This record gives sequence, C-alpha cells and structure tokens, in this order.
Amino acid sequence: MIELENVAKSFILHNQGGTVLSVMEGATLRVAPGECIALTGASGAGKSTLMRLIYGNYLAASGRILVGGVDVATAEPREILKLRRNTLGYVSQFLRVVPRVSTLDVVAEPLLAVGTDASVARARAGELLSRLNIPEALWTLSPTTFSGGEQQRVNIARGFAHDYPALLLDEPTASLDAGNRQVVLDLITEAKARGAAIVGIFHDIAAREVVCDREIDVSVFTPARAA
Amino acid sequence: MTPLLQVRDVSKLYGGRIGCGDVSFDLYPGEVMGIVGESGSGKSTLLNCLAGHLVPDSGQVIFDTRADGPVDTVTMSEPARRMLGRTDWAFVHQHAREGLRMGVSAGGNIGERLMAVGGRHYGNIRASAQDWLGRVEIDADRIDDRPSHFSGGMQQRLQIARNLVTGPRLVFMDEPTGGLDVSVQARLLDLLRGLVREMGLSALIVTHDLAVVRLLADRLMVMKDGHVVESGLTDQVLDDPQHAYTQLLVSSVLQV
Repeated sequence: MIELENVAKSFILHNQGGTVLSVMEGATLRVAPGECIALTGASGAGKSTLMRLIYGNYLAASGRILVGGVDVATAEPREILKLRRNTLGYVSQFLRVVPRVSTLDVVAEPLLAVGTDASVARARAGELLSRLNIPEALWTLSPTTFSGGEQQRVNIARGFAHDYPALLLDEPTASLDAGNRQVVLDLITEAKARGAAIVGIFHDIAAREVVCDREIDVSVFTPARAA
Repeated sequence: MTPLLQVRDVSKLYGGRIGCGDVSFDLYPGEVMGIVGESGSGKSTLLNCLAGHLVPDSGQVIFDTRADGPVDTVTMSEPARRMLGRTDWAFVHQHAREGLRMGVSAGGNIGERLMAVGGRHYGNIRASAQDWLGRVEIDADRIDDRPSHFSGGMQQRLQIARNLVTGPRLVFMDEPTGGLDVSVQARLLDLLRGLVREMGLSALIVTHDLAVVRLLADRLMVMKDGHVVESGLTDQVLDDPQHAYTQLLVSSVLQV
C-alpha cells in the first residue's frame, strides 16, 4: 500500500548562502495492507521528515513514493489532494483548524469531504468523540481553546473518522492518560483489522510493542554528515 | 476532466514595466488557488487580467463556459464577457464599497444581480435576498438598510452574498479579509470555506496573508516582480519552500 524506493531529501537554504542540507538518502520501505510499522531513531534522525515526504508535505529530491499507486514525489497537486481525501490520512501532533468551527464539524469534515451524508458524518464524529472521552458539552465549541490533551484527542478522532486505507500517525499516544491511550491503541488495532497500512512514530515503547508489526530505524537513511 | 480555467502565457505591461509576465496555470472545478506575493508583485494585475477588468497584452484566458465549452475570454465580445461577469464569475473586492452600491438597500444589492440575469418576480427576488443574508449571517431585519450603515465586516459579507446569489462557478477574490479585524476575519474564512464546499466553487484568492491561504487554498502560487517563482500544494509550498523568495516570505511571518 505504501512503498518507498530510494527516496532522498535535501533542503537548500537560499538565504544562508545556498547551504545544502542533505537529510535523507536511499530511504526504502514497504508497508502492506493491515500492517503497522514504527519509525524509530533518535530525535532529528528524520522520522517526521519521512512522514511528511509520504504525505506530500515535503518535496522529495529523488526516488519514488507510491501510496495506493500514486507517486507522491511527482504527482500534480490535485492528485495529491484526491489521495489525501480518499486514501491517505495523517494524524499530526498539532491540530490546525479554521477558527470558530465546532469540534463536531472538525471531526466530521474528512467524511463530508468524501461525500458522506452530513447526519451520518456527524453521528460517526460523535461516536469517536465519545470514545475518546470528549464531553458532549464541548462538541459545539471550537477546539482552539481546548487543552493540549483534548486537542490531541480531537485530532485523532478526525484522523480516524474516514476509513483511510493508509494512515500516518505522529505520536498518537503522546500526552494521553492511560484510559485514552488504550482507546487510541484500540482504534489502531481496528484500523489494521480492516486492512489499513499504517506508518507511525511512537516514543511510547509499550504502545509500539502492542500495535506495531515491524520497526524501521530511519537513521540508516541519514547521510553521513560532512565534517 | 476539463479545467474550468486555462491561463496561457498571460502578460501585462505598464509602459516598459512588467505588471505580470508569462503566467500559465490550470484551475479545475472545485479547486481554490491562492496567489501570494508582496505589494507590487503583480498579483492584483494578474487577477484583474483574468477577470476581464484589464486587457492583457498577450496570452489566453480560456474559460469552460456552460453553453459553448472552453472559450478565450480575452478575445470574446465585450457583451459576452460582461454576461460571464454577471453569471458564472464573481469578483470580491478588498474594499466592499467598490463591489456594492452604497445608496441601495442590502436586499437591493443582492436583488440587483438577480435582476441582471433576468429575475423579475419581486417576491422571489426578496426571498433569495433574505435567504442569502441568512447564509452570510446578517440579520433579516437589516434587509432594507443601506450598506453605508453596516460595519466593515458586514459590508464584506454582503458583498459576498451579492456575488454568490447567482450561483457562479468561479470567484475572484482580492484580499477578501484585508482590513478586517481578526475575529471578523475568522468568521469570514469559515463562511467562505463552507460556501466553497457546498457550492463546489472554484476560486482564485489574492492575498498577502499566508495564514489565510493555508486555511482556504488547496494550491498556492508565489509571485515576485511580475513572475510566478513557485507553485504547488499549499502546505508543501509553505512548509518546504524551494525558491529563495518563498523561503524569505515564509520565514518573515510573525508567529502568534
């Protein structure tokens, strides 16, 4: 479902004398439907960079990034948008929303984007919010004023609203209490069971052991730094 | 799928100076594209060339019309272009007073555009006006008030209602949130996003506010000195800018 072949990434800092930072080389991996892999490696090794490359948020310097048959490295913006709408979900660490939109609508939005009936979408959103213990009294408020942990849970609910065949999870269990952490692990297990291919970053080692089938150390893709 | 708008090598000179040069892109139905750049980068010139307010010196602006399919709007007759401006196109100005008739009531402002496309039944026109005031969150009892008695944010929402009442397919927006305070901006952004999705609109939004394009635009085009220096998926251009100017632009934004 997700297939990377020889992916390289560099940043050219034009405003700092054109410094070239080569941050990734030869990244190759393959994730099958129903499989969850964990990206590991020290801070700065390139775990988030790799996720962003798969999502099309960073532009790959070379290589192929196939998600559901679309090469994200060379696809047109609208092909990537379609991929993100239908196939590829991403739960980032930060919630970014239009101010003033209610929590329920924020969570229902990915479903509305694929044409799900509004009442069905809202019902599914409510179900996820309940599971993640967001009190119903907060559903009509914008999540912008919520606590960090609440925002994280809203973000997760949004990420799991539509049944994406491929999912990227950036620290989904960070800043959650034991109960909510378990709910998230259950959601991941359910997604795997329905055949989702998942790439995740988990600093929570116990969580990684529960849901992940394999680990990939991204530091092997880090080019040796010239002194 | 046929692009709704195909722009080919559009250039506009002001004397010897370049207003915008050799701009080309395709816009598909339902897509929202942001155009950013500093003052004088040519973004408003480009928008005005595309919307038929300025005549480009060269290039084609091909719009997929309902009746005749793709037609070059630069060479079409003036009446045909004006008709497009009243039906399939809408233009939201930065200053609402440029897009509104200040001496006519709010309901009249909305109704005028309907009458321009043949609406004659007073009851229906008034009902549409009332419906649209509701959609842009203006109280129905303000329908007979003039926009000169409205706040800046209300005037901007009224301008949007006036433009969208005829169900256009392409909306040009020039700094739609410029000059509004942040809470009013947020409300307008929310409104625009909802309308774009509900009506399946395509839109071109010129702005210098990167936060606005991040929330509204699928795609982004960055202009400098009249030329497009970079374009792509909005979040990719903002998070991984490739061109020196875009890198400078992105790193110059104040964090809140």
